[in-house]
Parts: sequence; C-alpha cells; structure tokens
Amino acid sequence: MKPAPFDYRRPGSIAEAVQILAGEPNAKVLAGGQSLVPLLSMRLAAPAMLVDINAIPGLDAIEVEDGGVRIGALARHAAVLASPDVRRVQPLVPMALAHVAHATIRNRGTTVGSLIHADAAAEMPVVLSLLGGSVDVDGPSGRRTIPASELYVGPLESSLHHDEIAVSAFFPALAPGAGVAFQELARRHGDYALVGAAALVEGESVEVGYLSVSDVPTVVDLSGVDDADLGEAALAQLEPADDIHATAAYRAQLVRVLTGKVVRSAREWADQHAEGAR
Amino acid sequence: MTTKLMGQGVQRVEDQRFLRGLGRYVDDVAVEQQVLHAAVLRSPHAHARILDIDVADVLDVEGVHAVYTYDDLTGPMAEPLPLLIPHPALTHGRTQYALAKDEVNYVGEAIAFVVAEDRYVAEDAVARIRVDYEFLPPVVGIAAARAAERLVHDDVPGNVGARLEQEVGDAKAAIARAPHTLSLDLTVERSACMPMEGRGTVARWDPDLHRLQVWTSTQSSTGVRAAVAVKMGLGLGQVDVVTPDVGGGFGVKINHPWPEELLVPMAARALGRTVKFTEDRREHFISSAHERGQVHHIEVGFDDDGRLLGLDVEFWHDHGAFTPYGLIVPIITSTQLLGPYKPQNYRVVFESLYTNTVMVTPYRGAGRPQGCYAMERTMDAIAAYLGKDRTEVRAVNFIQPDEFPYDQGLIFQDGRELEYDSGDYPASLEKIKALVGWDEFPAFQAEMAAQGRRVGIGLACYVEGTGVGPYEGAHVHIETSGKVKVATGLTTQGQGHATVFAQLVADELGCPFEDVEVVTGDTRRMPYAVGTFASRAAVMSGSAIHLAAKRAKEKVLKIAAEALEADEKDLQIVDGVVSVKGSPGTSIDLGTVSVLSNPLRYAFDEASKAATQFSVGDPGKPPVPEDEEPGLEGKDFYSPERATFASGMHAVIVETDPDTAEITILKYAVVHDCGKLINPMIVEGQIHGGVAQGVGGALYERMAYDESGQLLNASFMDFLMPYVTEVPDGIDVDHLETASPLNPLGIKGAGEAGVIPSAAVFAAAIEDAEGIPITAMPISPSELFTLRQEHSS
Ligand SMILES: Cc1cc2nc3c(=O)[nH]c(=O)nc-3n(C[C@H](O)[C@H](O)[C@H](O)COP(=O)(O)OP(=O)(O)OC[C@H]3O[C@@H](n4cnc5c(N)ncnc54)[C@H](O)[C@@H]3O)c2cc1C
Repeated sequence: MKPAPFDYRRPGSIAEAVQILAGEPNAKVLAGGQSLVPLLSMRLAAPAMLVDINAIPGLDAIEVEDGGVRIGALARHAAVLASPDVRRVQPLVPMALAHVAHATIRNRGTTVGSLIHADAAAEMPVVLSLLGGSVDVDGPSGRRTIPASELYVGPLESSLHHDEIAVSAFFPALAPGAGVAFQELARRHGDYALVGAAALVEGESVEVGYLSVSDVPTVVDLSGVDDADLGEAALAQLEPADDIHATAAYRAQLVRVLTGKVVRSAREWADQHAEGAR
Repeated sequence: MTTKLMGQGVQRVEDQRFLRGLGRYVDDVAVEQQVLHAAVLRSPHAHARILDIDVADVLDVEGVHAVYTYDDLTGPMAEPLPLLIPHPALTHGRTQYALAKDEVNYVGEAIAFVVAEDRYVAEDAVARIRVDYEFLPPVVGIAAARAAERLVHDDVPGNVGARLEQEVGDAKAAIARAPHTLSLDLTVERSACMPMEGRGTVARWDPDLHRLQVWTSTQSSTGVRAAVAVKMGLGLGQVDVVTPDVGGGFGVKINHPWPEELLVPMAARALGRTVKFTEDRREHFISSAHERGQVHHIEVGFDDDGRLLGLDVEFWHDHGAFTPYGLIVPIITSTQLLGPYKPQNYRVVFESLYTNTVMVTPYRGAGRPQGCYAMERTMDAIAAYLGKDRTEVRAVNFIQPDEFPYDQGLIFQDGRELEYDSGDYPASLEKIKALVGWDEFPAFQAEMAAQGRRVGIGLACYVEGTGVGPYEGAHVHIETSGKVKVATGLTTQGQGHATVFAQLVADELGCPFEDVEVVTGDTRRMPYAVGTFASRAAVMSGSAIHLAAKRAKEKVLKIAAEALEADEKDLQIVDGVVSVKGSPGTSIDLGTVSVLSNPLRYAFDEASKAATQFSVGDPGKPPVPEDEEPGLEGKDFYSPERATFASGMHAVIVETDPDTAEITILKYAVVHDCGKLINPMIVEGQIHGGVAQGVGGALYERMAYDESGQLLNASFMDFLMPYVTEVPDGIDVDHLETASPLNPLGIKGAGEAGVIPSAAVFAAAIEDAEGIPITAMPISPSELFTLRQEHSS
C-alpha cells in the first residue's frame, strides 16, 4: 500500500498553483489528503504530480457574507463544524458535518475538498446542492463561480477543469422562518451512510437532498406532497441500487423512513426557532 | 506473609509500554539499519494456470535487489509448504507452494517476491511483472463446492478434502423412535481475525557465525524455527527466532510458515542483507486466513421435556484453497457442538471442502462459534416446539456436577478422548438468569410492545476444551541481583502473560512481583515450546512456570539452609529474603543465595567474592554437589493427559427498529467459568475483547466474495469491523470458579470464550424480537428487512 512515484509541488500562491497545474495535465490538487491519499496508497490513482495547496496563505478563511457563508479551500471540516458563524448563518452545515467521518479525519479533511471529490455518499455535496450553493474556482482564464446544480456530473466527478483550483464554497444563509434537518443511517458510527437525507422547508416549499441513492447528490422537490406520501413521492424520483451493504429495496425503505423524519424535524426546527425569535 | 497474588486484579506490567507507544513490533526491528524491503506479487485471479512470468522489466527498476519466482526455489523450498496437522481422514490434503507453481487457486496467492531498497520501489517493481494466465473456472462458496461441477484441484474429486464421521450410540435409530423430531438448516458466513498488526518477518544472516536471526509476528516461534531450518537446509541450532511484541493474533498467526516467513530468510541469506516484509491490510484480507464459513443440517429427536434422545448433525466446512492446518476447525465444531449437554445418541459427519478462496485456519473460537450456534439454535427450536422456557429445556439436558469426569465418547482435536474434567452448569444457568434478568424479561417485552417497540432475549451455553497439549516448558533463573528471569517458549499477543506469569512466580518464590521479568517466544531462551492458541497459555505455560518456580525454590531452600545452618523446613521466603521462621534476624536474600549457588574461582565484584574457593564450601566435598548444577535455576515442563474444559453462558437483550431494522444491543451478560482465576481483570479483558469480536461476527463482518472469487470488501472501509461505538458500553460479567483437577493451579483457559456464543445469542434474541426464524448469520439490517418482507408475504 505505497503510492506509485509522483512529483510533489507546494506552491505559495493560487496563481503559481494554477500555473503548475496548467503545465502538467496529469497533476492532482492535494488538500487534506483524506480521500486522495488512500486512493494513491491503494494505487487506484497514480497522478504524475501532486500540487499541495496547504502552503497557500488565506485559504482557510470562514467568512460571513451577504446572504451566506463562504468557506475557504483549506478550512478543515473540524473548523467549519466548530464555527459559530456557520452555525448561525446556515445550521444545516454543522448538522451534516457531524456525520462526516471521525474526529481525526475531520481535523485534516477539508469541506471544499469533500465538495470537489464529489462522492455521492458524502454529506456536504448534498448540502451544497440542496441549499443551491456554489463553488468559486480559479484557473488560467481567471475566476468563475460554479453553481452546485452544475458541479456534479458523475460518480466522483465534478465539472472542475483539471487546471482549476476551488478556492472557496458558498453556502446560502437559512431564510427567516425556514427550517433544516439532516439524518442518515450508517452501518457503523462515522461510516459513509447507507442512505442520508437533508431537508429544507421554507413556507410551502419542501425539498430533500439524498446521499447514497444515486451516482450524484440528488435533490427532490416535495412541495405540496401530503405528509403521508412523502417517502413514496421521493422514491418516484430516485433509483436506489444494491451493494454489499444493502439491497435496493432496503435503501428504498430507508428513503421512506428518513424522508418523513427529516421533513418533520425541519418543520420542528423552523417552529422552534420562530418561537425563539419572538 | 506476603499476600498471594493469584486471584488478584494486578495491573498489567505491559501497559505502560503499550500505552506510551513503546511497544516494539516486528516492523520496528532493525529500523536504524539499511534494511531491504519485500513486496509480493499476488494472484489477481481466483483460479488460473500460469503460462508465463516475465520479470524482465523489474530488474531495470533502480533499487531492486532481487526478484524470485517458483523457478528460483530449490531443494525443500521448492516443495509444497508443510501440512502441519495431518489426519487419517484428510485423504486429500493440499498445501500451496511458497511461490505459486503452474497454477493459482485464490486471489492473493503469492506468485513472485521482490526485494528492493524500500517498499515503494518493491511495489513499483511488482507492478511491472507480467504474468500470462489461462483462466480456469473458480469454485466459490459451499454450494458450488458441493455441486462439484468444477474442481479446485484436478486431483481432488468432488472438492472433498476430508470426510469424518463420529458416532456415539445410534443416533438415527434414536431419532426414529423419539416422540418428537425437528430438523434445522443453519448457515454461518466467513469472517477473519483481523489483528491490527498484520503478518511480518525480518531476517538477518550472520556470515561470521553462520547463523540466521529471524523476527516474526507469530503465535509459534519454535514452529517457525523448525520450518525455516528444514526449508533452508540449516541445523536447528543455526536458526534463532524471536517474537517481539505482537499486535494481535487471534489464531491467524498460529498457521506457519507463511510463504514470507521462508522467503524473507531465503533472500536475507542470498543477498547478505537484512530483509523485512510487513504485510499491508489488503494483503491481510486476501492472503492470510479466514474462518467460520459452514452450513449445517441438524436432525434431532427429543421427549416431552425436551430431553435429547438422538442428535444427528451433518455439516459442510469451507476450508478455502488449501489445508495447511488440517481438520482442526471442523473437528472442533463436531465435538464441541455438544456443549454442556448429554445427547445420549450422537452422530456427526462433516465434509471439508475446497473453494478458490483464501484458506481457512483457526480464528479465536476455532469452529466452536459454529458448533455452539448449531446446538443452541436446536435447543431454542425444541423449546419453541414444546412451548417451554428455553432455559428449562437446556437444564434437563445438562451434565450434572456429580457426573464429572464426563466422557462424551468422541475424539477431540488433540487426538484424545473428549472427557470433561469439571464444571457446574446448573449454577452457571442460575447466575446468567439473574444477571440478565431472564425471569423479568417477558414483562419488559410486553411493556415495550405496548409502546410499539420490539425487544428480544437470547441465551447460549458453551463448553470449551482449553489448554491442549502436547506441552509447554519454563525456565526460572534467580540472578545474583536477586532479580528473577523467567522464560517460556510460547508467544504473547497482548494477553498480559508478563503479568500473570510474574504473579505465579512471585507467589511460589516469595519474591517481589516487580523483580520478576518474563520473556516469551524467544527460541534462544526456551527452545522447546508449542505455541499460543486454544486458550492454552495460562494452563500450559502457567503450570510449567509454577512447577519451574517450585524447583528453583527447592534449590533456594537447600542452599539457604546450609548457609543459615538451619533446617529447610524452618525457612520462609518473604519479599525476596529467606529467613528462619520466628527469628527474622537469621536471613539471607535471594541474590546472595544465587551467588552461593555458583562456586567461583574468580571474583568479579564484591558480592561474588562470597562464592570464591577460599570463602565457601566444605573442602571435603565437591563444590557442586552430585546431581546438582551450578546456578540458581529451575526448569520444568507441563504435559497434561488431556484438555481442561472451561464453560460459560451468554445472554443478550436486543431491540430491533420496526422501520429501519437496525439492531441495538440493550444488555449483554456473561457468566464464565475458567476454573481458578489468576487475574480476574485480565480474564474480564479477554471476555470484553471476545464479546466485541463476537458482535462483529454476528452483526457486521463477512467476506463478500463475488462469483469470480474476488473479495469485494478487502479493506476496513467495507469490512465492517465494529468500532467501540458498536460494542455494548457495559458487559455484565460474573464468574464461577470450578477448579480443574488436571493442573496444579486448578485453572482453565479463558482466551477464546468471549466470542463463542455470539452468533447463537444474537440469532436467538433477534428471533425472539421479530418472531421470524433466524437461520443465517451474520445478519445486517438490510437482511433483517428482507426477512421481514419474505415472512409477511
Ligand atoms: C476513514 C474515512 C472516513 C470518511 N468518512 C466520510 C464520511 O462519512 N463522509 C464524507 O463526506 N467523507 C468522509 N471521508 C472523506 C473526507 O471527508 C475527506 O476529507 C474529503 O472527502 C476530502 O477532503 P480532503 O481535503 O481530504 O481532500 P483530498 O483528499 O486532499 O482531495 C480529494 C479530491 O479533491 C480534489 N481537491 C481537493 N481540494 C481541492 C481544491 N481546493 N481544488 C481542486 N481540487 C481539490 C483532490 O485533487 C482530490 O481529487 C472519510 C475519509 C476517511 C479516510
């Protein structure tokens, strides 16, 4: 379990990093390494070069902006989870982050790295998709913003170009009166979920995002659906699959169970916080 | 008097080292030297003929020192690996070669061995070896093996390695006559030991002394030593094997020699360099050993009270591609299945089958979890059929305390009679019922049901033959400093041997516990030994150490009596000082006794002057008396007639979620009888660890092979070993201490017990909660959900 040989660069600025990436088509960005390094060690990936962005100053910022919170590319899961700003502006982020891996991994792994890694079993891509957030990337032709709806193109595949670096992610704030909730079922504490669901309710609008039910994070609009029919309505738009841990039918059952639960608790959250504000 | 340490929860002397990261494992050996590292090319196919191996590209890689394939092996190295435990019923035993010859039979089988500057380069080189394969159809799973439409080995008809039958009475006739009969089909899937430290070996050839030094992470250093010497054509005296700290074994390291345990020494000698192999996790999954996979068919006849009249068990054991460890696992299932019961008439027959998967060797429990599961589920089925309490049906079948020794009439795994030495099963049952709250449970279940919650209770009993022979030995040396150095040959994988063995020595010798240092698994210190398996270390080495300390003490008293001009009978040893009872002033410490034990010509320090020729001894007698040896040492061996039989009972209460089918453990209770306890804290630790592994085996772990023989979950991401969060917070433990009459300490083994009843108790508890028969273990929420759907349709 040792990686194949690779070159290693540790640029001091985004511009330099972008330049290096542009010069080596087979390079990979290294952030927290919690997904990339296992892939290298198992020789499931063998990039010619790693471009380590950890020496680039300023990338670990967590900032409240108009309408949301911006999380820098080097902000670790643990820092984001602990941030009172994030919790206040968009409580769904820490709700979901609490389910990401284990403490030691959250200490190194980055939230932006998780978004770019684009694992359909990961929590944060679903959260970003459900909230309609975005990722800012820097590349040879300058900076652009990729909305979540355009970020996920396939299993473990984001729409970033190979010579682009994600510099931050933007999670929109929770609107007043809205509510959120997150629940998942994993075989063991801290594992990737068998099925997970995040809900956003805002007045009449009800949306639920799912992890581990398809190749990409999936958001389903359940506005106007009767409470009793939420699960079946969601399933009509999802196609859970079999794997060694669960049958498709069992995943479907979890979708049924979790959908009702997250929608209910998102409403409860909204009610409680509305009362609190009064 | 110094208080006896036997029976006390003495803190483990090992833990300071382990907790501070100061343990020294095989991979820590020789780190400061220019060590070469090995990597292995392993078969990516479950079954294939090797047409050609091309290593041309490897030799170009900078930093590669050697690459070996089968064609490079000579003499005994080119022969198949040993079949460690032959058995007359193993008519078609097969073992692999150190490096595959012509054919591969499982994904992971070693094909080529590369030695390079470091492991990175070695793996790069492995990736450049090109092998041409001709694919052969693989046999995966017991059903395919039995169908035998394809063969694993061309010369093994029906894929049957062995068929063994034992019978007491006439089971079929008894069942035919019985007023009630039932039949059950029960399945257990594969799991594996999964020690945190995988296998590992380091070897260094000393060209000046013509000696080979080997460090290996094994459960039998003497076994590895003998195998290495034979395979390399060396004298036994030229090979030293040291087993440093071992990060867990659980059985997988009792099999030996692993290919790398031979290839590393071979390369070290050929290259004149220290060579190291450290197995990685994926390798451990696909090239070490698994266990547990069995399918059982049970026919049972019984009377109105649930008393067994006849029991007929047929089972199929998946031993994987090779049989290096013989038939030990299925023999244990077939005999230990009986547990605490008297079946009256019993027939058991098994077939041990080849499949194109990783081979099977004992894993903690070693066939007993399957046997316990088969027997205990049968007891549950009888109770359900008769509408009786499950504990009542068990109780009518127990061997009673006054019936010991009790001969089951079968031959056990050590080739000796299955004769239980002692036990008190009715007392255990009373204790476990109280501990888990058996009689109060129905009310709790009804109360929960009223809230829409499902809970269930399960109980299982087992008997475990522990402390099998042939023998262990010990050497106790009291040094002139007064410190006591103890050596026993079996190895240690974290059990706390250095603590419990020191307790025994301190008790016998009357020396301070802190002055005793125990060394295990070093063939230079104790070349005669068997190994650590079958819950045997405390019984075997513990007894040997006790006996050796006794001999040392006899010598102490003889020399001290002479020095103090007193009668031996009047002497006592307290805190390392020998004194005359009643006159504490007349005393001599153990260090001085040691000085006197070795008559000297030359003094080398103040203390040794006392032993020189003008200071000591009767000039009329030889300085070393006839029949004595110089030095204050005691050595002895313990070799019992047969195993001693520990026993116990587990009970669990689970809750199952009506919606998600998640299974939650509400309470886990254990009553355990391993005879006299040396250190209750350590025994409880063994039980906790065993229960944790049992939870894994029952609810989480399995080897997910696909039809082509690929192991789909060969990593800790997908092989669900439980975390601490999945193991019950508290395990209620109660002990019974029924002494064994077979050894001087009255002890029985405790290492494996915690894992034995887990499949049985969880299946029973889930069945109780759900009202659905549970016949296949392990069980996941997804599988429970499937069962619910099948059951309701
Ligand atoms: C045992 C274990 C359990 C885990 N459990 C979970 C879990 O339950 N849920 C979960 O969501 N995750 C889990 N993870 C993954 C973890 O969350 C990772 O931290 C995360 O997926 C990746 O973040 P990273 O910073 O470590 O990225 P890296 O591993 O450094 O990179 C991952 C990928 O993203 C790319 N990348 C990273 N940052 C950038 C950037 N700024 N610009 C462009 N490309 C970039 C890399 O090139 C690489 O392809 C687990 C990991 C482990 C080891």
